[in-house]
Amino acid sequence: MEFLTAIFVSPFIEIYEYPLFFIEVVLGGLLAGVMYSLVALGFVLIFKASGVFNFAQGAMVLFAALTLVGLIEHGFPIWLALISTIIVMIALAMAIEKVVLRKLVNQEPIILFMATIGLSYFLDGFGQTLWGSDVKVLDLGIPNAPIEFLGILVNQFDLVAAASAGTLVAVLAIFFQKTRIGRALRAVADDHQAALSVGIPLKTIWAIVWAVAGLVGLVAGIMWGTKLGVQFTLTLVALKALPVLILGGFTSIPGAIIGGLIIGMGEKVAEVFWGAAFGGAIEDWFAYMLALAFLLFRPQGLFGEKIIERV
Amino acid sequence: MLYREAGQFKTSYAKDQAIFPILQDRVMMVLMLVVAFVGVPMLASEYWLSTIMLPFLVFSLAALGLNLLTGYAGQLSLGTGGFMATGAFAAYKLAVAFPEMNIVIVFLLSGVITAAVGVLFGLPSLRIKGFYLAVATLASQFFLIWMFNKFPWFTNYSSSGVISAPPRAVFGDFFVTGSSASPANKYLFTLVIVCVLALAAKNIVRSHVGRSWMAIRDMDIAAEIIGIKPLQTKLGAFAVSSFYCGISGALWAFIYTSSVEALAFDITRSFQILFMIIIGGLGSILGSFMGAAFIVLLPIFLSNAPTMFGLNISVDLISHMEFMIFGALIIFFLIVEPHGLARLWQIGKEKLRLWPFPY
Repeated sequence: MEFLTAIFVSPFIEIYEYPLFFIEVVLGGLLAGVMYSLVALGFVLIFKASGVFNFAQGAMVLFAALTLVGLIEHGFPIWLALISTIIVMIALAMAIEKVVLRKLVNQEPIILFMATIGLSYFLDGFGQTLWGSDVKVLDLGIPNAPIEFLGILVNQFDLVAAASAGTLVAVLAIFFQKTRIGRALRAVADDHQAALSVGIPLKTIWAIVWAVAGLVGLVAGIMWGTKLGVQFTLTLVALKALPVLILGGFTSIPGAIIGGLIIGMGEKVAEVFWGAAFGGAIEDWFAYMLALAFLLFRPQGLFGEKIIERV
Repeated sequence: MLYREAGQFKTSYAKDQAIFPILQDRVMMVLMLVVAFVGVPMLASEYWLSTIMLPFLVFSLAALGLNLLTGYAGQLSLGTGGFMATGAFAAYKLAVAFPEMNIVIVFLLSGVITAAVGVLFGLPSLRIKGFYLAVATLASQFFLIWMFNKFPWFTNYSSSGVISAPPRAVFGDFFVTGSSASPANKYLFTLVIVCVLALAAKNIVRSHVGRSWMAIRDMDIAAEIIGIKPLQTKLGAFAVSSFYCGISGALWAFIYTSSVEALAFDITRSFQILFMIIIGGLGSILGSFMGAAFIVLLPIFLSNAPTMFGLNISVDLISHMEFMIFGALIIFFLIVEPHGLARLWQIGKEKLRLWPFPY
């Protein structure tokens, strides 16, 4: 009985009594969700264009952040370090395409999935062999003090993260809609064979997609790295992005954004108002359960393509 | 020359349906069992038994369970670690609550409990498939581990959250768990369980149950049309697979490590077992064992290799290099033989049949 009250009654009373606090929690959750979206975006880009479920996205986030911090520690100015990291990520994408993907063309999706897990082990080890495994501080001068806005406390850093995510999505949208390469990417995403037959170089496109995913990973790495410090646990944010993916659909960029917002908000609200009823720390699995419950009603996710099956 | 089946006629249905229809296979199997049951306990040192053979057997069982689900029924699952934890904690609660119950029954019951949990978390498989399902099974992984960590009831209110296996004997004073059990006893007991369950698995996949799993795997809609019920088939696969994983988890907690905490069964464990079946070969009983051997031996080899070659590298660097080499080897194996070690073995056998006169 006590348990039922803790689930069905007292959280709502709390929300009703402190509406401002509730709004603050929701806002904080939304902004945290933006960070999940950043990671999920990388997954979606690659899945859309090549049908590969890229488990190494988390490792790419860590690798990009490690490279950036490592270069800055070696005395590079920030702008040069950024450019070098971008070059490294592009080179990495080309290497992955050449060494891994090209050899595994036409294999089952699960084989490619396992290859990306292998890749994530490799990148984790490689990054830490190069740059060491201590926790590094990434400071690009992003302000990190809470500001008050209409009586609600908001962290400035979260606002910057949200703004950069918004910019990133806008740039990606323009890139996909307006440029020649973007159109080729969409064509490949729609139908590999048709794209090949009109003369789109599939291999180049894959390298470009992985490079773009690497750059998205870099942005995510900068944001997460500033928040948590650059360390091994950054790869775990990939696991946080997975429920976002099933919620938003593997193939939808807006889905990744909206899914991230829903997951971020749901997680925070659940933790703050319902967490006590379950004994706390429900953040670990709540996102998955939310996504799971959601899947029962829409198996293809929020914006995923409806799967039509024929025998 | 050695591996020639010419002249071996199958004159009865029983012979036609034998698991090993070729005489040489039977001889080799018997030899391997003799080596496993007699040779290894006599020759291997305690270190070998408890750090290589025991984890190999326990992992084989888990890989077998996952292979039934993923390799035969086609349902990709990342919740293996969670199911192993369920088996471990169920066995612990049962063994402590009913001290006079035989340990074999405890293990079987914990398998049954895990099977029930597996069916529950297999329910999403009726609506979703492929990677969506894989991510959905991660929910079970995170939820179960959180649950075992969070509620002290599961660990009998131990302050550290660690469960330690109580000493139990199978019969008389043949102790298999606890501090008084010798590694040889543990090894033999595990080996018997693994052999029995492997035989059962082989027969399940040869029966109509296994064939309906494979039909669902190959094309679920077509399978439905020829009269295979997806509900029973998919949930059945989840139940049997979780049963194997649960027993494997119980063996892990009781026999391999003797004391365990929930975090030992985290997400990396699930990936490790998935690696085993991919490297070993999806949809192959033998492959599960080969994959387990590979994944158990590789890290041991990698961490000993630098000292073997006389290189002096810091421990930190070695562990990072291990990660790198492990990842690279996985990719290499997938590129060279995406169908796993079992496929290599099969190709080898085909070659051997014609050797030394291939034309």
